[in-house]
Amino acid sequence: MNEHIFDFSVVWHWLDELMLSVMPEWLTLTIECVLVALGIITLYAIFAMIMIYLERKVCAFMQCRLGPDRVGPWGLIQVICDVLKMLTKEIVSLRKTDRLLHGLAPFLVITASMLTFSCLPWNKGAQILDFNVGVFFFLAAGSIGVVGILLAGWSANNKYSMIGAMRAGAQIISYELSIGMVMLTMICLAGTMSFSEICQQQADGGWFIFRGHILSVIAFVIYLIAGNAECNRGPFDLPESESELTAGYHTEYSGMDFGYYYLAEYMNLFICAGIASTIFLGGWAPFVIPGLDGFNEIMAMIPGCIWFLGKVFFVIMLLLWERWTFPRLRIDQILTLEWKYLVPMTMVLLVLMALCVSFGLTF
Amino acid sequence: MAVRKSAPVINNIPYEEFKDNETLERLIDELNEGGVNALVAPLDKLVDWGRSNSMWPLTFATSCCGIEFMAVAAARYDMARFGFEITRNSPRQGDVLLVNGTITTKMAPVLKRLYDQMCDPKYVIAVGGCAISGGPFTKSYHVVKGVDKFLPVDVYCPGCPPRPESFLYAMMQLQRKVRVEHFFGTTNRKEKDPYKDSLGMGSENYNELLNEQEKA
Amino acid sequence: MSNQINPIVVAASELHDKLAALKAEGYDLLECLTGCDWGEEGLGVVYSLTKASTTFEMTHIKCVAEKREQNGETIYTLPTACDLWAIANIYEREVYDFYGIIFLGHPDMRRLFLREDWVGFPFRKDDKPEEKNAEIPATNEEISDTRHCYTLDEQGNVVKTDSPVFADDAYVVNIGPQHPSTHGVLHLRTAIEGEIVKQIDPHLGYIHRGIEKISESLTYPQTLALTDRMDYLGAMQTRHALCMCIEQAMGIEVSDRVKVIRTIMDELQRIDSHCLFFSCLCQDLGATTAFIYGFRDREEILKIFEKTTGGRLIINYNMIGGVAHDLHEDFVKDVKHFINETMPKGLKVYHSIFTGNVIFRNRSIGVGPLTKEQVISYGCTGGTGRAAGWKCDLRKHRPYAAYDQVKFNEISYESGDSMDRYMVRLKEIEESCEIIRQLIDNIPEGDIQVKMKPIVKVPEGTYYSAVEGSRGILGVYLESKGDKSPYRLHYRSTGLPLVAALDEACRDYMLADLITIGGTMDYIIPDIDR
Repeated sequence: MNEHIFDFSVVWHWLDELMLSVMPEWLTLTIECVLVALGIITLYAIFAMIMIYLERKVCAFMQCRLGPDRVGPWGLIQVICDVLKMLTKEIVSLRKTDRLLHGLAPFLVITASMLTFSCLPWNKGAQILDFNVGVFFFLAAGSIGVVGILLAGWSANNKYSMIGAMRAGAQIISYELSIGMVMLTMICLAGTMSFSEICQQQADGGWFIFRGHILSVIAFVIYLIAGNAECNRGPFDLPESESELTAGYHTEYSGMDFGYYYLAEYMNLFICAGIASTIFLGGWAPFVIPGLDGFNEIMAMIPGCIWFLGKVFFVIMLLLWERWTFPRLRIDQILTLEWKYLVPMTMVLLVLMALCVSFGLTF
Repeated sequence: MAVRKSAPVINNIPYEEFKDNETLERLIDELNEGGVNALVAPLDKLVDWGRSNSMWPLTFATSCCGIEFMAVAAARYDMARFGFEITRNSPRQGDVLLVNGTITTKMAPVLKRLYDQMCDPKYVIAVGGCAISGGPFTKSYHVVKGVDKFLPVDVYCPGCPPRPESFLYAMMQLQRKVRVEHFFGTTNRKEKDPYKDSLGMGSENYNELLNEQEKA
Repeated sequence: MSNQINPIVVAASELHDKLAALKAEGYDLLECLTGCDWGEEGLGVVYSLTKASTTFEMTHIKCVAEKREQNGETIYTLPTACDLWAIANIYEREVYDFYGIIFLGHPDMRRLFLREDWVGFPFRKDDKPEEKNAEIPATNEEISDTRHCYTLDEQGNVVKTDSPVFADDAYVVNIGPQHPSTHGVLHLRTAIEGEIVKQIDPHLGYIHRGIEKISESLTYPQTLALTDRMDYLGAMQTRHALCMCIEQAMGIEVSDRVKVIRTIMDELQRIDSHCLFFSCLCQDLGATTAFIYGFRDREEILKIFEKTTGGRLIINYNMIGGVAHDLHEDFVKDVKHFINETMPKGLKVYHSIFTGNVIFRNRSIGVGPLTKEQVISYGCTGGTGRAAGWKCDLRKHRPYAAYDQVKFNEISYESGDSMDRYMVRLKEIEESCEIIRQLIDNIPEGDIQVKMKPIVKVPEGTYYSAVEGSRGILGVYLESKGDKSPYRLHYRSTGLPLVAALDEACRDYMLADLITIGGTMDYIIPDIDR
């Protein structure tokens, strides 16, 4: 039923062969790498801006406000102003800080964020990084971010940053565990660690959130909670909890260095939602109801990237809703939630899922 | 080729309705003495446009004006409309220091330090009578009679406390001021190392300081 | 009804015994401690004690400090009362800061408000602070880590012993003066161990404007202008307190209309303050959306204020002998709409979005409890006191204005933790609406202003009046020599005891709890520093 989904790999192959026919292999490879890198950076920047604008507007909507509306129609280009401002703002260098680490930290964060960003399956055949241990790579690359945060806190020689970084370390590393377990649960169901394979399976046999029935739904909810915590987003925004630590680990960063943290924060949210929609909601796979062929045909005619983005923004809306409703947790409560509730639950979930799969109880 | 920077336009409010246009025009004339490079001027304009629409205030409030500032952030007045809603608590990330409230003798060095900690470009708005001149407390032994005694103030916003509307008006006036400044060529000079002059270049103390820095 | 007080004069040597005896008699609240410079008579203090657990009867003790000559310096000393009341610690530091009276045996005799390198004692009548201190200090303040304790040795000389404020290995974080959740410019030096708060050393005075000192050179109507700027969320009540004090001292009887108007305005102000309390608490705990909801409802009150008085925050409404303007024609309609429609709806929203929230409940229940004994000893009045089970509402116990005509419940809880402190305020909003509901339909006709002489002069004497402010007992101590300006005007700050109790309440809780506790204590810094 998914033959309607356009396979983007056709385009890449054609492009690849075209270039190979006129230039040597090494040049082709170099040009392709540069093109892909440019593509990632552009997409990254565009989606970061969309995310920031979205957050400000959604937050305003929830708070009975208008939100940005002066710059451009409905304040659409507000974020461009912010970026221009940040690009031209002074980057302060401080005495008595560890300059190397201080300068390195934001790049680690942004690198981690970009690496994980490139794992997202945008469409069938349109994936920047795709290999057989994709999920594994995603988890590993994602963990570099926490190093950046810890370094930021350590190198800044500021007590607030220090406390913020320590909190971030404890929190992110803990929640990585349940993210890993939840993913493992879903891998158990999928039987593969490659994101493209995962999507393909869901396109063939239905979304995992339906196939794994109640277990998948629980896993989805746990993933949302843990993913939110992983992104340092409210109610888990302790590392930078403004009312306690002024700005947490990035207190001493200004200009674009701070901008990187700011971008990474929003993009991590996007990536978190992207992965959620990939492993639970089918990635680029259209919504199909077995038996209703006419309906399925129409659904399949909508391009895969639209499906993917639609699902991502649906998940983002869920996360924003959560962000703007709840007060912040306390550090011990965060850790209790993780170690006493989520981790045992995910363990049980994994075992149950394995049993279900082996007895063929999934769809 | 030289072009002249024109007077800035703020959405929804005609130029004539702003007060104190003379000062702004004088400022424009001053900045345009000798003309502006035709290539640089549009770039300047772009940067200024970005900066003026993205003034993130540093949350700083000592008394009553701070409560009105919160009211500006809340639903009825909603400064988010102008893109000012991202109030930063770290001075490194704020663009405009709104001096909300009375500054006392004890607070003045702290405020000065906060201002020093902010990164360029930075602007100061003196909000309320107390920040402008000491307000009702001019007779006091412990109140600084005007923050302009130790900070370069860009906009004065009178009132006790000013109404939220005048906060927004002050911010718009600041936007207009930002719109006429130069970015390329003039303003962004690197500040000299203050220790270099005071201790003497190459002197023992200065080297010690550098060593300390290395060690850290 | 006169509010003149005739303090019992006690010699410095007998002071401590007398205070201890009074405490044993049931005067368990040190409501107010006023330093004063009586010129020829010397420096001294007035202790205002209250029977806090029973009748709210008051007594006042006046004591002139002992003058000693030591090493060519003149020092004034008094025995400390720190062992009797916990709040005496910070009150005595205040007196030391302003008058230079050394309290013997006080464990921590540092300056409270002024810079540590400040020269002179500004409240002494012969002190010229402007001449000795720069308006803008050239240096950053070095905050010393040493406590001073003065005691008498065997020869009767005053000796100073020093001890450190924090242990050597303490990890001290400066929270404030520029910090989003200290509600102003409070500076809390906080020793933490990991995330656990071990000790808090509040550092005050960043917004000390010397209102009491300025008032001594202003005429009575002029002093009124400064009250609004102290506790700006209790502007009506503070001004009410001062007006009432001056009126009662002069023997002026205000009309019933004025009494009722003042009562309604006070209650509106209380709702305003509690709405802001809710908003700020939400903001501090990270629930930004709830913050906006609180402010939305608060704007409605400001609209009502603005129609009648022309001001939003600083209102300047009460005058000596009445109020400044008559009520606006829409007043009754607007207030009715507010108490019957807006506020009940708002409260419902607050409860559903925040009170019932599991995260908030976990963060507030059992966090930072204060016992009844502690709140009385610290003098934490208002919502904080009532949350701990101490019925301390002056509107009930010493009724003023029109409070004797209305029925309302005095809200009190038992455990005194953050949740109770929060609930007291939300419930008080309901009670305030109830009070207004009883009064709004029958505001009596009458004059809004008693005809006054062009120059207001208060007859010679000492006076004390108190009202129930938004966050506790707000007292005004007035000493007059019969001039057109007060000889000494002292306000009992509602926030100072709360900050004093912060160390006790936060110890062994987490850094994040400090924010919760501070938020639920609900202090206003300009009111503390004056």
